Amino acid sequence: MCAFQAPTSEQASVSSEPVVNDFAFSVATSNGSGSQTSNNVLVQTLFDMGIPVNGKNLFPSNIKGLPTWYTIRASKDGYTARRATTEIVVAYNGATVAEDVAALPPGGVCIIRDDVAKIAPKRDDITVYTVPVKDLMDQADVPSAFAKRVENMTYVGVVAQLFDIPLDMIRTSLVKNFGGKEKPAMMNFAVIQLAYDYFKDNVEKVDPFRFEKMDLTKGKILITGNEAGALGAIFGGVHVVAWYPITPSTSLVDTIISYKHLRKDPETGKSTIAVVQAEDELAAAGMIIGAGFAGARSMTATSGPGISLMSEFAGLAYFAEIPCVIWDITRMGPSTGLPTRTSQGDILFTHYLGHGDTRQFCLLPASPEEAFEFGWRALDLAEQLQSPIFVISDLDLGMNNWMSEPFEYPDQPIQRGKVLDAEQLQQFIADHGKWGRYWDVDGDGVGYRTIPGTDHPMAAYFTRGTGHDEMAVYSENSETWLENMHRIKVKEETGRKLLPQPIEDYDSSKSIGIISFGTNEPAIIEARDWLAREGVETNCMRVRALPLADSVLEFVKKHERIYVVENNFDGQLNQIMRIDFAEHMANVKSLTLGDGLPMAARWVVNSILEHEGK
Amino acid sequence: MAKENTLGLSRNDYKGRKSTLCPGCGHDSISNQIISTAYDLGLEQHKVIKMSGIGCSSKTPAYFLGRSHGFNALHGRMPSVATGALLANRELKAVAVSGDGDTGSIGMGQFKHVIRRNVPFVYIIENNGVYGLTKGQFSATADEGQELKYYGRNDLPAIDLALEAIISGATFVARSFSGDAKQVQSLLQAAIAHKGTAILDIISPCVTFNNNDSSTKSYSYGKEHEIPLHEIQVLAPDYVEGKEEITIGDYAEGEIIEVDMHDGTIVRLKKLDRDHDPRNRMQAISVLEEAQREQLFLTGLIYYEEPRPTVQENENLIEAPLATISEAAMRPSAEKLAEVMASFR
Ligand SMILES: Cc1ncc(C[n+]2csc(CCOP(=O)(O)OP(=O)(O)O)c2C)c(N)n1
Ligand code: SF4
Ligand SMILES: [Mg+2]
Repeated sequence: MCAFQAPTSEQASVSSEPVVNDFAFSVATSNGSGSQTSNNVLVQTLFDMGIPVNGKNLFPSNIKGLPTWYTIRASKDGYTARRATTEIVVAYNGATVAEDVAALPPGGVCIIRDDVAKIAPKRDDITVYTVPVKDLMDQADVPSAFAKRVENMTYVGVVAQLFDIPLDMIRTSLVKNFGGKEKPAMMNFAVIQLAYDYFKDNVEKVDPFRFEKMDLTKGKILITGNEAGALGAIFGGVHVVAWYPITPSTSLVDTIISYKHLRKDPETGKSTIAVVQAEDELAAAGMIIGAGFAGARSMTATSGPGISLMSEFAGLAYFAEIPCVIWDITRMGPSTGLPTRTSQGDILFTHYLGHGDTRQFCLLPASPEEAFEFGWRALDLAEQLQSPIFVISDLDLGMNNWMSEPFEYPDQPIQRGKVLDAEQLQQFIADHGKWGRYWDVDGDGVGYRTIPGTDHPMAAYFTRGTGHDEMAVYSENSETWLENMHRIKVKEETGRKLLPQPIEDYDSSKSIGIISFGTNEPAIIEARDWLAREGVETNCMRVRALPLADSVLEFVKKHERIYVVENNFDGQLNQIMRIDFAEHMANVKSLTLGDGLPMAARWVVNSILEHEGK
Repeated sequence: MAKENTLGLSRNDYKGRKSTLCPGCGHDSISNQIISTAYDLGLEQHKVIKMSGIGCSSKTPAYFLGRSHGFNALHGRMPSVATGALLANRELKAVAVSGDGDTGSIGMGQFKHVIRRNVPFVYIIENNGVYGLTKGQFSATADEGQELKYYGRNDLPAIDLALEAIISGATFVARSFSGDAKQVQSLLQAAIAHKGTAILDIISPCVTFNNNDSSTKSYSYGKEHEIPLHEIQVLAPDYVEGKEEITIGDYAEGEIIEVDMHDGTIVRLKKLDRDHDPRNRMQAISVLEEAQREQLFLTGLIYYEEPRPTVQENENLIEAPLATISEAAMRPSAEKLAEVMASFR
């Protein structure tokens, strides 16, 4: 390990000075015990207090019983990356209490259920608060059928009392969490109140941690990336959604379903969007490709195993040039892997998805705002480029609640790309003497298409995955084949410029650059501040699409050293850069993690300091 | 001057590109029946899409209805592509072609699910008992015990795709023989009128790999053994309206079964040697069981039922094609977005 002192943004030990709005806690419970409501209420309340906050659910692939953790971080400085360590643990699960207590830094706080406390390891350098859960529940007026689920409300009351969260605000977010239903909300609140009062009357606070109201979340929203992407699709005019359930993508389509009402025809009450649960991902891909061929905007959402099944269809759509949008909410592979853990391990496979020479367009969102924007923009790009567009998100963005600015309404009209109706086709033939589906008259690699139903005797063409000429006629001629591939390359270049460009933070005085993408963003923002305090100044580029924009190579050339930071095992973005410009990679270092968890700043800082010899 | 149909088009206008199949292939005669039927009905080709999977059979959409858009998709996955296209535009009529390999093996899942969803289209299986395009392997519809020169004996029982269709909830199931042009045309016409998935399992000899006299999928076998269940007459709606005098009075009781299709088409089935009422599901299943047991080549409309709601109806879609609705109907307003955003505060 390199020798470094952790600065304040991630303490290795806790001082006795008051610590306000700058600490994290981890809630250890068991899966399916109802703790999600407790955790959501805490996050929502801190957000309502104006304190920058994040919540990350680290859950098992299981419906009930296995250990689950939820980490909540409050940061007065606005850092929203996961923290590698937390100063506080809520230890409500006997199965993991040993590791949970061991993970606390000296000076940390353990809030523990009384029955779990009996088997917990003893430490004299931490503060322990014991919660008499059974006694409290005996006093509570909760029907026995609900008792187990409501138990977790006790730690909400304890946390509120110990760290100064106003109870009335807890109450408000609880009601919100129950969709405005007062009755179940109040049953839960009564338990929170009991625990709160018990601690107030019987327990002396001896730790330094406290929350205080701020105004840093004003106007912001709390939302998951999957909800954001779904709304983007709804506002992007998607017509046909076909899908097959898979964690962590399911909530994206669930959200589309719950907002279908926004796409009702006001006169007839009928829908302008179809959502079909297919029999598998093969069929889901087929449906969106059929819909794209027939002129509709279509999409699916899946994760790695589904992407694998879609690969033959992805190649067909690439080669037959059919618009459609495919979301990959990445989870950890290979194979079933860690199905409930996050990863950035699908970008290489997806970028080249399909046999033969395919290179797919991919968008890489980093935040809910971007998930929303790419949600509608991907549908535009698919029709403009007449190609599948992959949106590669991940479990961390997709399923966790993120603070976000409210989304901006699309700043351009819907782009339907080059589609000729009967009249336009007539004009096209008058102007050019002929029309061919894959004939590149504009020199951008993108032909003009017609859609079925176009009432013109020349409108029809035959869509196929087999070799074809620019008139869409079957051909096995080598020259024709190569011409077509060259044209598709031209289209790739068109896409390179049309896709979202990288976000660059560059200052010519700095010689070290970081390149990354997606949900590593919060960790990298925090790591750069931290590194600067350690005397390592960095520039940064966040790539937002594949194929890589030309500015990526420019950025590499402008630096003495480049670190490519990514959350997969093999350094996949680094490999893609190597494919594009191997001769410029001598000073590029690949930093890869891929441990199933959202990236923490500490790992980025450690890794870079180590390479910088500090 | 060439003859013209109601649209002023000649039969030639319904042709596609020149076939590249083996001369004499059963699939080519089915293409011809599609051309004739579309011509006779005066089908508007721009409202038709031709869908297929992969195989010799699946190549044929290139050889008919040259003025219709077509899609030669992936092996076994035509049904999903057709489903998507018909969701995008519910005004389109789809005529789809598959093979016994394309449907009975790799595509069995999609075959059953497209039926279950009741996607309204004509699904033709050009059934030759072999994989033609990959040079003559046994398919899942080959007879148990059949011998082929290169691949030897087939030890596995045959899958009856008509039976599979009924069990999956199909509301229109027919079997025919590519050598019986008249019956194929009648069944096609009825299938086109059907408001649901219409399955046509058409025995279509592969002259190159499976046309020995001993094979039940050969021309000679079909010619000698075909037993039509009925004589079929399909009366188009305009025809029915204009000619009230057509009555069933000319036939004795029980000799005629009439099936009314939703668009006004009437399918009239005249009894031949056997009693078969295609509206009776148990009878349909047992007639197929019997045919398999006794090695009988029974053809005709095997099963018919009032169709369930279609996939578009179940999705409660607007009547107009989704593909061409206005931007206003596709993108909710900025005020709506603001409302949604407020709910996430
Ligand atoms: C995924 C995939 N696997 C295998 C093939 C190779 N293949 C092409 S056609 C075919 C069988 C076609 O048989 P059938 O559907 O009966 O059509 P026929 O040629 O007999 O008309 C196979 C296995 C393929 N194209 N795609
Ligand atoms: S191989 Fe058989 S199925 Fe294929 S074209 Fe020739 S005869 Fe027809
Ligand atoms: Mg076959």
